[in-house]
Amino acid sequence: MRLSEVMMMETVTLTPKAQPDLYIDAENITPDAFAGKTAEEIAAIHVHEGNQTGLLGTYFEVSGKGGATAAETKIVIKGDVLRVKYIGMRMTAGEILIEGSADMYVGAWMEGGRIHVTGNVDAFSGTGMKDGELEIDGNAGNYLGAAYRGDWRGMQSGTIRVHGNAGSDIGTFMNGGTIVIDGDVDVHVGTHAEGGTIIVKGNGKSKIGGQMVKGDIYVFGTIDVMMPGYVYRENVDLEVDGTKATFAMYEGDMGERHGKRKGQVIYGHIYQKY
Amino acid sequence: MAEYLIKNGFVFDPILGINGDKTDVAIKDGKIVESTALSNPKVIDAAGKTVMAAGVDIHAHVAGPKVNVGRNFRPEDKLFTYEAGNGVKRMAGGFSVPTVFRTGYLYAKMGYGTVMEAAMPPLYARHTHEEMRDTPILDQGAYPVFGNNWFVLEYLKNHELENVEAYISWLLRTTRGYAIKIVNPGGTEAWGWGLNCNSIHDPVPYFDITPAQIMKGLMEANEALRLPHSVHIHTNNLGNPGNYETTLETFKLFEGAKANNDFGRKQVMHHTHVQFHSYGGDSWGNVESKADAIMDYVNSHDNMTIDLGCVTLDETTTMTADGPFEHHLTELNHLKWANTDVELETAAGVVPYIYGKNIKVCGIQWAIGLELALMAKDPMRVFITTDHPNAGPFFRYPRVMKWLMSKKAREAEMDSLKWAEKVRDATFLSGIDRELTLYEIAAMSRAGTAQALGLSSMYGSLKPGLQADVAVYDYNPETAEDPELIEKAFGNAAYLFKGGEVVVKDGDVVSNGNKKTLWVDVKVNDNPQVRRDVTEKFLRYYTVTEANYEVNEKVFMKNPYRIEVDATQ
Repeated sequence: MRLSEVMMMETVTLTPKAQPDLYIDAENITPDAFAGKTAEEIAAIHVHEGNQTGLLGTYFEVSGKGGATAAETKIVIKGDVLRVKYIGMRMTAGEILIEGSADMYVGAWMEGGRIHVTGNVDAFSGTGMKDGELEIDGNAGNYLGAAYRGDWRGMQSGTIRVHGNAGSDIGTFMNGGTIVIDGDVDVHVGTHAEGGTIIVKGNGKSKIGGQMVKGDIYVFGTIDVMMPGYVYRENVDLEVDGTKATFAMYEGDMGERHGKRKGQVIYGHIYQKY
Repeated sequence: MAEYLIKNGFVFDPILGINGDKTDVAIKDGKIVESTALSNPKVIDAAGKTVMAAGVDIHAHVAGPKVNVGRNFRPEDKLFTYEAGNGVKRMAGGFSVPTVFRTGYLYAKMGYGTVMEAAMPPLYARHTHEEMRDTPILDQGAYPVFGNNWFVLEYLKNHELENVEAYISWLLRTTRGYAIKIVNPGGTEAWGWGLNCNSIHDPVPYFDITPAQIMKGLMEANEALRLPHSVHIHTNNLGNPGNYETTLETFKLFEGAKANNDFGRKQVMHHTHVQFHSYGGDSWGNVESKADAIMDYVNSHDNMTIDLGCVTLDETTTMTADGPFEHHLTELNHLKWANTDVELETAAGVVPYIYGKNIKVCGIQWAIGLELALMAKDPMRVFITTDHPNAGPFFRYPRVMKWLMSKKAREAEMDSLKWAEKVRDATFLSGIDRELTLYEIAAMSRAGTAQALGLSSMYGSLKPGLQADVAVYDYNPETAEDPELIEKAFGNAAYLFKGGEVVVKDGDVVSNGNKKTLWVDVKVNDNPQVRRDVTEKFLRYYTVTEANYEVNEKVFMKNPYRIEVDATQ
């Protein structure tokens, strides 16, 4: 962007009205889809309820308007949208603020921009994320920042930050980017990871870093069962997301095929805080 | 049924020798007729457009268990590809392993009317037929695999050719199959021992016969049975550097043999996806094109046909009855692998594959596929395929045609490769100026394939009496200069007539047509020994009974179309 161009941020406010009978797929709630549109035009955007195609305006009061581009568009959702999936899917820029909790696939495959959820999100949020920021004040469900089913190319870049707890299978097949969980996580963390960073500030359970070939997992609390494929190497002093501490460093998963770089075998790392 | 008169189009028909002349094509009662036979036709103005018979695909993996394994274990292949049902269309999606509906729709959009499923495991013939039944529009047939079948291996070991013939007759009828497919002869069976047959002279464990004997024996049986299609071969040693020698050795097995049939078929052997079989060098580091040696042979031996197996530089899903090859591939690319053994008969493997523009070998493979076509002297014997989905999805045919018809287009693609200069060094492509004509494309995509399948009395031409399968493309060969127009036009037929009915209009599917499933019923003299052997194998080895094996037409097929052959003499 040239300096002479001035960002003209516009805000679209969606206020939930009718709760849908079925869950709705709202992959069009993105700055990309809203950019350049008036409130009326936005209300006429399609959503799917079951096998029926409906209009966004049926479920939300729409006010404000989209900015000229996705980057200049902010969407504010006032209240819980517990039956709405795919908010912010594949968004490339701009901002979404959900003042409440949302269902699954929030920010799935997002490529840029920022999503902030003040409540909780259900499973598959940040699935296949390419870039951008996803912040959840509450808890996240399973498969946070994981690869899509079947794919071996998971989260590529960007940041996911959850202030509460997260479910199981976070960061599966992660290739890059960062996931920070302030609370606890369930089983299966960073399975098959080939890069990226996962920081768990609470406790982990088991199967952390299973089949991980590259990447870093930090656990500040307890680990119920360490994977047998990990070998303790040494203690290291690190600063991790603002916390200075000594960590026990493990390498693995020894059961996997590992790449080499400059003659050195590359392993995945688990760091557990003392 | 409606009558149609397609007027003023540029017609390309190698069977009739029409090379771009403006000729009218008349359709009545599902057949092509002389225009004088029409009384009150709907007139289709094809001025400025290209008119050909509908496409006939001789080799694609579009139905059956391994295709479905690909669908099942690659959910990511479906991501963002689904389209909701609309009009006559049902919901459809998938990229390299699309649903049966998408398969039907996309072939139709390319102006194709007939597609042969290239490998049907006999045990899973029911599944294969169920998928073909549900594939709209297309006339289809399936080739049962014979090259690793215990009956065939035992009879050939004992030099009992009559028993081989009787067994083929039984299996084609029981599975409602169309032709004899041979995949890595003996090698897939050897895979059961953890071995492979990397040359055509490696003996198969236990059976102690060689791939050469299997291929030659099945060819002799095929000709004795006078089947419409020839043996359809994927020889040993696929996909390995230096394998062109195995390929040439395979070709030489058939030297001097003559086709014996009443279907107008001229070849005794069709070799499929030859791109995968044309590699020189002795490692992936020095692999190079041997398309020249391969095509020298093909050009000088008119008793054989080939198809290309063009690499399209896409992310795709490989799947073949060559079980050991798929294991080899997963060891190379470390992506997920599925493997199935089909008792007594064959096996299959499935592995995703990314033909990347940054990978030298993929560029070389891409070039070889095109070279084979560009070095062909007789386009009636060299056919366009991508071995869908192995070298790329079938809906890239229009792109392959663009590369074949435009040096500019293929040089632009070459330049976009990361290792363009190394690819040029290892291949011939940049030195070839030839640009195929629409007449040659018509031979390679319909006329030649129909003839090689023994179906030239139904498809591949606009000759009166043939089934009215006609494609009209919005492509003006006199004015079109931008090669992108080729890809666009041939991927979005202006019209496709199928059996005299409009199924595609302006690139949109408007009818699900009235598909047929072709199968070959060859009568042989009663053979009590083979009958006993079949019964015994089912009692002793198969996990299913004979009654649960055969394909019941009423249940599993849509509009079965029986092609009768009498080989009792």
